[in-house]
Amino acid sequence: MTALEQTFGEYGGQYVPETLIPALEELTAAWNEAKDDAGYRAELDELGRTYVGRPSPITLVERFAPSRRVYLKREDLNHTGAHKINNALGQVVLAGRLGKRRIIAETGAGQHGVATATACARFGLECVVYMGSEDMRRQAPNVERMRLLGAAVEPVETGTRTLKEATSAAIRDWITNVETTHYVIGSCVGPAPYPELVRELQAVIGREARGQLLEAESALPEAVVACVGGGSNAIGMFAAFLDDEDVRLVGVEAAGAASLGAGRTGVLHGSRSSVLADEDGQIADAHSISAGLDYPGVGPEHAWLRDTARATYLPCTDDEALDAFERLTRTEGIIPALESSHALAVVDGLDAEYIAVCLSGRGDKDLAEALAALSRRTG
Amino acid sequence: MRKVLVVYLVAEPETPELARVAVEAGADIVELGFPFSDPLADGPVIQRASERALARGMRTRTCLDCLAATRELVGDTPIVPMTYAAILEAYGWERFAADASARGATSLIVSDVPAGLRPEVGRIHLVAPTSTDERIRVAASTSDGWLYLVTRTGTTGARAELSSALEGLVERTRAIAGDLPLYAGFGISTPEHAAAAAALADGVVVGSRAVEAAEAGPSVLGEYVASLRGALDGLSG
Repeated sequence: MTALEQTFGEYGGQYVPETLIPALEELTAAWNEAKDDAGYRAELDELGRTYVGRPSPITLVERFAPSRRVYLKREDLNHTGAHKINNALGQVVLAGRLGKRRIIAETGAGQHGVATATACARFGLECVVYMGSEDMRRQAPNVERMRLLGAAVEPVETGTRTLKEATSAAIRDWITNVETTHYVIGSCVGPAPYPELVRELQAVIGREARGQLLEAESALPEAVVACVGGGSNAIGMFAAFLDDEDVRLVGVEAAGAASLGAGRTGVLHGSRSSVLADEDGQIADAHSISAGLDYPGVGPEHAWLRDTARATYLPCTDDEALDAFERLTRTEGIIPALESSHALAVVDGLDAEYIAVCLSGRGDKDLAEALAALSRRTG
Repeated sequence: MRKVLVVYLVAEPETPELARVAVEAGADIVELGFPFSDPLADGPVIQRASERALARGMRTRTCLDCLAATRELVGDTPIVPMTYAAILEAYGWERFAADASARGATSLIVSDVPAGLRPEVGRIHLVAPTSTDERIRVAASTSDGWLYLVTRTGTTGARAELSSALEGLVERTRAIAGDLPLYAGFGISTPEHAAAAAALADGVVVGSRAVEAAEAGPSVLGEYVASLRGALDGLSG
């Protein structure tokens, strides 16, 4: 079966205009060469250690979850404040191997945009980030950060002015400038080879966590939990545990953007997956307080993990996420990203004593949005 | 030999009548756009037209009715629905092809399904300046009737200049595709562009500017299509 066709069971593929197919073939070849190249892996390990701050620690949160053993995998402590830097650095180094000097990216919460702008500053590459104007409003500090880093932030004014439209705009730029440009997609979505490539670059999260948890508890956790928008921190966290049959894998979607829980099979942004769409295949609007989860699609591998029952996916409302946001801050002195707060929110309801949660990012970027929502609730 | 003029219109309630006007003014093939909420291959004009058509309720079944109504008005003129994978995925791939054909469609174009993917659904393939010879071979060997040559990397929409990439693409494709007709599109808007592109290829596809003309009404569309026809006939005359 070729990359054009399905890559994760019936999901995946390359549903893109012909113009991009040669670039995807070239990217696939470069990726296949790089992933087996000790030099590429050593360069990423070195960047991880000396630039990102890897390995990120795990933290036992006894006040957040008394009488249980809940560990957070602290991707919030990475340089730039989230797991997104793992993928951005890996792809920017790969772009160097492809000879591409112009980098484009889409961003929702701004974390992927900041990570990509950071990697481009580090390697001296031109960077253009597409961002919905509604997200620019919600995540203003990240817009300023990207511009400070030298990136051009292009506002996207179509549709709901969020991540879906930003992704479409980035793909249109790539179709136009494909010969000079590498598209650093921010999640495990898009046409093949992106879902696999992003999973492998994020798999460092799960690899480290598995070793750290074994060292701390001499056992694997009963459940591993992560939030899912496109699903990159979740797939990176899950990857190391896929063969550990006794470890439950739990993804948490925003209730208003539950592409897996409430979606149907469809095609969006280059791959066949589970999407929020109407019966005619027209993509529906997602809603979430968290800009990073506000997306009507999801990585095709998650759709496959759902169908094969290897992972389960739960919904979490804005209110439940806000409760968890506040509770982790007050009990542990850790301000989580609103995205990661969704993963924290389901911990209480899980029938498990020993749980690992991917804390995918820190909440600094969310302060204005979260404080406004919390004061609306109390006021 | 007569150069072929392909005119693209988005399916809306007025479209059957607009298609009739376009054919009378000299269009040889009508492409009928079935709107999709996230048209990745399209520029601003067709994005906006698609959004408007969806807001007016132009979903798959309504578009198929529009196709049947157009068929009634344009005689034997080929009509080619052009859409995106998501529409076929939801409707059923083979069911869509069968139902479109039953309502008078001549073939099908799916912008985000490259040649080699979903071979069970016969359609007209696109080739682009970035396509390798191997890709052109795959597209040419399975394309249904003609090949759509994308004149430039980029989305649909009018441009000031005709792409210089077209000449090389026509040469490469001709060498591989033999007698298969090659119609060039993307960025062709003026009679001058049409004549220049048709001097290289067997015909031209006009999309965004035709959609704009259609928005201005049947008489503007008719005049516009006639101006293109005149430019193409000047070549062969």
